Amino acid sequence: MQVEPWIILIFASIIFVIGLVGIVVRRNLLVILMCIELMLNAVNLTFVVFSKTLQNMEGQMSVFFIITVAAAESAIGLGLVIAMFRTLRSVSTEDIQLLKE
Amino acid sequence: MTLDISPIFFYALATIAIAFSLLVVFKKNPVSSAFSLVLVFFAFAGIYALLGAHLIAALQIIVYTGAIMVLFVFVIMLLNADVPDFDYARTPLWIKATAIAGGVTLVGMFAWVFKGANFIANPSAVYTEEMITKSGGNTQVVSELLFSEYLLPFELTSVLLLAAIIGAVAIAKRKKGKAN
Repeated sequence: MQVEPWIILIFASIIFVIGLVGIVVRRNLLVILMCIELMLNAVNLTFVVFSKTLQNMEGQMSVFFIITVAAAESAIGLGLVIAMFRTLRSVSTEDIQLLKE
Repeated sequence: MTLDISPIFFYALATIAIAFSLLVVFKKNPVSSAFSLVLVFFAFAGIYALLGAHLIAALQIIVYTGAIMVLFVFVIMLLNADVPDFDYARTPLWIKATAIAGGVTLVGMFAWVFKGANFIANPSAVYTEEMITKSGGNTQVVSELLFSEYLLPFELTSVLLLAAIIGAVAIAKRKKGKAN
């Protein structure tokens, strides 16, 4: 039994799609942010697999910068969640409808 | 072509990652989701290490499980948002059905593309296994690239982090003159 690159790539796309379904299905903003992290991880794994397969280091450099951007993104996202909780007393996306009224 | 990695370890880690990422989506309690996500990150770190990306594996554990997940758990604790809530039960059925059908279709399309793809290494690629081992391992090679060819993006990253710090403080700060 051998591991071929496409097996790992399909595994990464399964994780990506699980994150995508989570974003669509869940209503809790914190869980939605976690699903975004899942999707970013799947993309990172794709980069590393291509870096290994094509014998090129650019993929791993991209992962390095994606991890930094993910850290910044989750800090800002959680700041927004705190600001939203302060005004609406809720972290559910059902309550974000201030523009609707 | 095949990758020279241990199939048993890869399939074990992949099973753990898929199982716990499903738990992230379908656990009703945000704290359970957060801790499932920690296990997914550890499994990913193991897969990076299997693929020879040792620095990425270490960064995965330090940054994702060490910093990002602690941030998540802190926010859950601060907001007292750990009340169990079947929020996906309130999502309309057609949205759930569309999401799952679309997801399965997407995985099928990815599988079709990746299965048929023909990976040919760039002839000018110099980062073969032997070259990486000879020049001091994955971490040394990545660090040398990071501080030579990628120095400008690396420095710009610090500006991005500064902007993120200021932005996070400005967004989450209590406004003056407002009760709570």
